[in-house]
Amino acid sequence: MDTLLNNFDLFTEGFKNTLILFSFSAIIALVLGGVVGAFRVSPVTSMRAVGTFYVNTIRNTPLTLIMFFCAFGYPKLQLPEISYMNLAIIALSVYTATYVAETLRSGINTVPLGQAEAARAIGLPFGQTMTLIILPQAFRAVIPPMMSVFIALLKNTTVAAGFSVMEAGAVKNYLSERGEPAIVGLLWVALVFILLVGVLAFLQRKLENMWKVAR
Amino acid sequence: MTSLLFDAPGPRAKRLNVLLNVVVLALVLVALVFVLWQFYQTGQFESRKWSIFTYPLVQQSLLRATVATLQAFAVGAVLSLVLGLLLAIGRMSAHPWVRLPCMWVVELFRATPLLILMMILYYGLPPLGFTFITPFIAVVTALTVYNGAVLAEVFRAGVESLPSGQSEAGYAIGLRKSQVLSLVLMPQAIRAMLPVIIAQLVVILKDSALGFIVTYQELLYEAKRLGTQVQFGSPIIPAAIVVGIIYVGLCLILSGVSTWLERRLRRSPSSLVHKTTQDISQVQL
Repeated sequence: MDTLLNNFDLFTEGFKNTLILFSFSAIIALVLGGVVGAFRVSPVTSMRAVGTFYVNTIRNTPLTLIMFFCAFGYPKLQLPEISYMNLAIIALSVYTATYVAETLRSGINTVPLGQAEAARAIGLPFGQTMTLIILPQAFRAVIPPMMSVFIALLKNTTVAAGFSVMEAGAVKNYLSERGEPAIVGLLWVALVFILLVGVLAFLQRKLENMWKVAR
Repeated sequence: MTSLLFDAPGPRAKRLNVLLNVVVLALVLVALVFVLWQFYQTGQFESRKWSIFTYPLVQQSLLRATVATLQAFAVGAVLSLVLGLLLAIGRMSAHPWVRLPCMWVVELFRATPLLILMMILYYGLPPLGFTFITPFIAVVTALTVYNGAVLAEVFRAGVESLPSGQSEAGYAIGLRKSQVLSLVLMPQAIRAMLPVIIAQLVVILKDSALGFIVTYQELLYEAKRLGTQVQFGSPIIPAAIVVGIIYVGLCLILSGVSTWLERRLRRSPSSLVHKTTQDISQVQL
């Protein structure tokens, strides 16, 4: 308990940065994943190819490697300088976007084909077929797995600690400078993560019950 | 081609599709040229930076690093499958004093970030007297407990997706609880969950890269080491590209096995298998 209280500034700073990483990456990943997901189900061949290539490559690359490339490779390219924090956000978003895209795609695929055919048969144009028939149903199927994606993202933010970002996973380094036992600090960090994941899981269950499809 | 979202295109849509194809290809081309140009400008394609990979010693050390990654993956995968099975059986036990601890273990380790687990093992335990912990042990143990907890949920979801008639029939012909589980439920559950299990194995392979942060000498560690060789002009980007290709290749092989298995299972007459994999393929990432 002393380790936590005496170094409260470190822990708050760390988890503040973790939450910043999490929220910005979540928003960017949602937008990017939405675009890639749309590409993957689009009728245009080249869009599908681009989407498939992106998802297959990034999903099969470890997040650590993407982070590695952003943190060590990017500065060598003489492009505008970006802070390690923002590079970590980019890496997390690029990685998580593939999972968002796949979740959206499988959500759309859960809607039975007959729904779309019926919508077209009664003469609804594409826009109305999407907004009135398909997306409302897909949205409900997507909520629980999407929350799982965000839970994974929250846990993945710790990887940034290995690449010069002062966030929860890096609290240990600063603690050992102050001569505190590493294990106590790490256990506190783990506990806070368990609580945060618990909150997200609770939200997931709530939303799931709220939006359950009666089929 | 008909799909959920669009009908077979008519003449107008076909024209539009051609236009969009051209636009997308042009955009991709522009992006690609920009990236390659930037690489070229900063000398990433200099022969000096790539020549490092022509040395047999470097190739050997890359191979050693790949083997180290595969070792952590293989040991971690086998152990987490075993642990996952044990925890799943424990969680489905009828005795609360077995079920509750197993449930807590699963929930706790699933919610802890893997990197924090590795750090606890590698940095936290040695000062307490556990001096035998090498990076390899830390990586494998963390991979095992984390993925064991995740796989336990996968196994359990597989068993619970089976119709209750399966276990009832087992009991009706006089099987014991353990026999029902091992002869009736588990074989079907594992078959149904095979694609998800293999997807989780891909995750283990990817997560073994976290070992880099706790100084396990695997592929990324090797990339960092090669990338900081000053006499070759610090080829960190070439090294990252080479290691990236190795990782993507390894993961694609595993994913390929998963897709192949899924297709095989889908062809099988049991509609049950087909249904459950679809339902549960989103359980874990």
